[in-house]
Parts: sequence; C-alpha cells; structure tokens
Amino acid sequence: MSVWVDTALVLLALTSLLLVASSRLTRCIRIVAFQGSILGVLTLLVHHDELVLRTLMLAAAIVALKGAAFPWLLSRVLQDADVRREVEPLVGYISSLLIGTLMLAVSFWLSARLPLPRPAVSSLVVPIALFTTLIGLFVIVTRRTALTQVLAYLVLENGIYVFGVGLVQGTPMLVELGVLLDVFVAVFVMGIAIFHINREFDHIDTEQLTLLKDWAE
Amino acid sequence: MMLLLLLLLPVVAAVGAYFTTHDGARRTVLVMSAAAHATMVTATWAVTPAPLLGGWVRLDALGQLFLSVTSALFLLVAIHSVGYLQRESRGARRDSEEALWFANAPEATFTTCLLLFLAAMTLVTVSHRFGLLWLAIEMTTLASAPLIYFHRHHRSLEATWKYLLVCSVGIALALLGNFFLAVAASNHGGEPIPLVLNDLIERAAELHVPWLKAAFLLLMVGYGTKMGLAPLHTWLPDAHSEAPSVVSALLSGALLNCAFLGVLRIQQVCEAAGQGAFGRDVFVDFGLLSMAVAAVFIVGQPDYKRMLAYSSVEHMGLLSLGVGLGGVAAFGAMLHAVNHSLTKAMLFLIAGNILAAYRTKSTRDVRGVLRVLPMSGVLWVTGFLAITGSPPFGPFLSELTILRGALDQDRSVVAFLYLTFLAVIFVGMATAVLRMAQGTPATEATNAPGGEPVSAIVPSAVLAAIVLVLGLYIPGPLRDALAAAARTLG
Repeated sequence: MSVWVDTALVLLALTSLLLVASSRLTRCIRIVAFQGSILGVLTLLVHHDELVLRTLMLAAAIVALKGAAFPWLLSRVLQDADVRREVEPLVGYISSLLIGTLMLAVSFWLSARLPLPRPAVSSLVVPIALFTTLIGLFVIVTRRTALTQVLAYLVLENGIYVFGVGLVQGTPMLVELGVLLDVFVAVFVMGIAIFHINREFDHIDTEQLTLLKDWAE
Repeated sequence: MMLLLLLLLPVVAAVGAYFTTHDGARRTVLVMSAAAHATMVTATWAVTPAPLLGGWVRLDALGQLFLSVTSALFLLVAIHSVGYLQRESRGARRDSEEALWFANAPEATFTTCLLLFLAAMTLVTVSHRFGLLWLAIEMTTLASAPLIYFHRHHRSLEATWKYLLVCSVGIALALLGNFFLAVAASNHGGEPIPLVLNDLIERAAELHVPWLKAAFLLLMVGYGTKMGLAPLHTWLPDAHSEAPSVVSALLSGALLNCAFLGVLRIQQVCEAAGQGAFGRDVFVDFGLLSMAVAAVFIVGQPDYKRMLAYSSVEHMGLLSLGVGLGGVAAFGAMLHAVNHSLTKAMLFLIAGNILAAYRTKSTRDVRGVLRVLPMSGVLWVTGFLAITGSPPFGPFLSELTILRGALDQDRSVVAFLYLTFLAVIFVGMATAVLRMAQGTPATEATNAPGGEPVSAIVPSAVLAAIVLVLGLYIPGPLRDALAAAARTLG
C-alpha cells in the first residue's frame, strides 16, 4: 500500500511544479482541481486499514470541495473576468520552475533534519508537504492575478493538509470538517472579492491595487 | 449551558437580522443582542460557567478578560452604529477622495456580519482546543472581511483583498503550527496527548521539544500576522483606515486581542514545558520591532485613521514586549490589553465623527475640531493623551508596569528603546492631533448636519470614563483576573 501512497505524493509534487510553469488560467484551475482529487485519494490510502465511514466521508468531502466545487466557483469568476492568461509574473516561468526544483531539494534537506517522534506513513510525507506549502507561498508572492493567488492559497492549504493526514493521528472529525468548511468559506469570500475587483477595476491584476500607501509620491 | 447561550445568541441574532427588512427593527435586534451578550458575560464574573464538549470550550481567567472587553466594546459600538447607520446616506454618492460614485453594502449584510463577527470572537475566547481556536480565528477573518468592504469603492476593496489574502496565508501557517503541535504531542508511540490546553499543560513534560518550538514559531507568525506584529502587519493600516470607523474600532479593540490570545495559548504550553524563555525572547523581538516600525510611520503620517492604525501596531508590540519580559510586565501587558482596547476603540469612533463632518481623512485638511465638534474635540484630545500614556489614564499605569518589569530584570537596553519609541510616538501623534483640534476651521468644512448626535458621543464618553477610572483604581475582581492570567504566562 505504501507504494500507492508514495505515488500519490509524487503526483502531488508534480502537479505543484506544473502549476508553477503554467500561464493559462483555465489550465491552472484544472491542475489545482486534480491536485485536490489526489488529496482525497491520499486520505483513503493512508487510512486503508481502518476504512470506516468517517474516512470515506472525509475523502468524499475533500474530492467534492477541492476537486469540483472550488474549480467550478473559480471558473465562474474567470468567465466574468476578461483574463485568460497570467499577466507577466514577477518571476518568469522557466526561472520559477528552477526555483521550484530548488525548493524540492530544500524540502528534502529540511525534513532529513527534523526527527519524527514516531514514523510517518511514508518517508515522503514531510518533504512533499513542505514542498507543496513552499510552492503555494512562492506562487502567492510572485503572481499578480488575484485568481492565481487564490489557487496558490489552495495549494498552500493542500500542502498543510498532506502534513496533517500523513503524520497526525486521531484528529477529531469535528476539527477536520471544520477546517474544510473554513477553507470553503475562505475561497468563497475570495471569489466574491475577485468578482468585485473585476467589476470595479476592470482587471484582476493585484499589482495595480496600489492606491493605499503611507506617503503620497 | 451559559457558554452555549453566549455562542448561539449572536448567531441566531445574525440570522434574524439578515431576514429583517425593516431598518429600525434590525438595529433594535443588533443593540438588544449586544446588550444580552454583555449581560451574560457580566454574569460569568459571578458564576463560573460549566465547560462544554468535554473541556474543549471553557472559560478561564485569560479568556474571561478578553471576552469581557470584546463584549463591552461590542455593546458600545452597536449603540454608536445605530446613529451611524441612520446618518449614512442611501444610494450612490460621490467619494470624497477619488470623486467617483459609490454606494454602501446592504445594511442587512453589514449587521449580520457584525453579529457573526461577535460570535466568532466569543468562540476564540472560550476555545481550549487548539484546532477549535484556529477555526474560530479564521472565522473572525471571514466575518469581518465584508465589514471592511461596507463602502463599496476602490480603496476599501483593495484593503479587503489584502486583509483576506495576508491573514488567510498567516492563518494557514498557524494550521501547520497546529499539526506540528500534534506531532510534538504524539508521545513517542504511547497514547497521544489531546490538543486541549489543560491536558497539554498537565503533561507538558512529555512533549517533544524541537517540534514544540517549531510549532510555537509557526503559530507566532500565523496569529502574529492577524495581530499586526511587524513585519507581518502590512494589511493592518489599510484595513483600519478604509473600514467604517465602527468596524475599525472593533478590529483594533477586539479582533487584535483575539489573535493575541492565540499566541498566548501556545506560550502557556511552552511555559509549562519549560521552554518559556525561548518563547519570551521571540515576544521581545517582535515587540520592539513593532514599536520601531510604528514610530517610523506615525511621524508625519498624513492620514489620521492610518495614524491610529499604526498606533495599534505599536500597542500590539507593547503587549508582546510585556509578555516577553514576563513577571510584573506580563501583568502590565494584560492590563494594557484592556486599556488599549478601550482607548483605541474610542479614538476610532471619534475619528469617524470627524470624518463625517469634514469628509476627509487628511490630517492637514482638518482644523478646529474643538470649535466645530466641541464634544468630539475634547474626547479626541483626551483619547490622544490616554493612548500615548499620559497620566492619569489607564495606559499610563500599564505602560509604567511594563517599564518596571524591564528595569527589575536590569534590561536597560530594552527599557531605553521602549522609552525612546514611546517618546517619538508621543511627539508624532501630538503634532497631528493638536493641529487638528486647534485653529480655525475652513468655512466649507463646517457642515456638521444637526451638530453632534447623542449616539455618536455617549459610547466614546463612556469609554473615556472607564479608561480614566482604570488609571486611578483597578477593581478587585479585575485585578485578580489579571494576576491569574499573568501567572500562567510566567
């Protein structure tokens, strides 16, 4: 079974790298949707020996939200906005890919230095979780379109979730579902905000959100 | 039972407010539920409410302190906002800064979010399970984001977006911190320790130290973002200056405290695990940096609401510094959390009155507040004296206590920097506030329709009175609660 867990984790890392190198927004949404579905499968794989109703429900909820609901919501936002591609990212796609690979190396190095009190499901859990989290942060900082920033926030959240599902046992159902619900509302509110940004500013380029500053130039 | 009522009341009221079409009825719902909430919170001082959900939800001294401040502020802000909403003109109108047309968000949405915000903050103060605390803090972000975007124009939208994104990322890191804490509590193959505050403190010796330290840092960065500690404060000045003043008052007076409570909870665990010194150093560094950044941006700040926002960054730094010093200073920090909330809320409410009369946030364009708005003018100057730590107001006492903590430990460099930043900020704020209060108003600026309504003055005056009393005398029960809260922080 651990082969499958490893496969899912590797796929997760690959989708993150793919996101970094993609410029078309519909494609980015699809990549993140795919990543969300992997996460649902990963939940099942990790808990395969105690496949109770609660695990099934959680996995179903993850696939439904991250694999279907978010992509649908963000596609709706994209339809209204007149943008198809990412506007000039602050770091180019090729350089982003290089930095992404570097981050992967850093994640492995870092996780080798963090001794786990008890062994994880797979030795890949910590490095891949860290890597996905770092990629999320990196994309939020370097991309300018509000939509991509929300996608990157989801990737960041996915990375953190991998960590939780791979290492932490016995998280109460209430908290797990609560976290999902919070992420859902967060993305929903962000989606509404993008809708308004698009209407007010006629674009969703956050680099142009520069009205608020301390000293007038 | 009492705790359940406290949590459910604002939610039920929020649903009610959403479906109420009559403005007057909706405002009554807001004030009545705020009053009921405050009454119940007052009752908790007499009878300690029973814990819920097997100890996940519980009211301790620290939580009670922050809950009481939140509830009292909410009641006063609710009263103020009734008048505010009445005076807000309906339909499209011209924006005073960009001369573009804009309208307000529907009042029902505003009231609903306000009540949900109260529910989320109540949950923060009573959460003893770390996962639940995280949920509650994230909920405060989501409930307050639409409040910042009440005036639907470019600038408030920009502020809302920054607030949502920066705080969500911060809170995501705090979630990672929670998972790290769970690893630290996984207990080397034995039965894992439940992530409930009391259990963690009781069995702190079994925690895995490197993971606990990493968890502390992540939670500090995560909740610190929400609290507005420099250099993670970037969302704060924008959100506070663009939100309606009633919302700014709640953000600064109640929300920042809730995030502060988040970092205090993990510090309590560190303290019990014998890692208190590690955490305290981080608190001192963040504290001094926040005060320094605030000092730089307050001097010469052209926008008076932004000035108040940076002053909040300063005071969050002060709280962090106090906790970092520990002992007497931790007591001072608890007292200061109360004093700052009350004073800053009052200042934001008055700033709202000034903004309504002058229609500008530029410090340069506002002159003669004392003549145009005599009551607001007096409260504005009073609030300025209080917030900068002048005697005989509450903040003076708490800032002095923190200084004593630094001097007791012979940390003269910290004490020196602390006094320097306070002095710079005093001068910076004095220049702006006194200039605004005095002088002759430009003739066109004096269009305060109907003078100063009672609802716009009374809440601020009550706050001013409390801050003055707290500077002269601290009631026994409050002193006990402060001491009990400070004791758990070492």
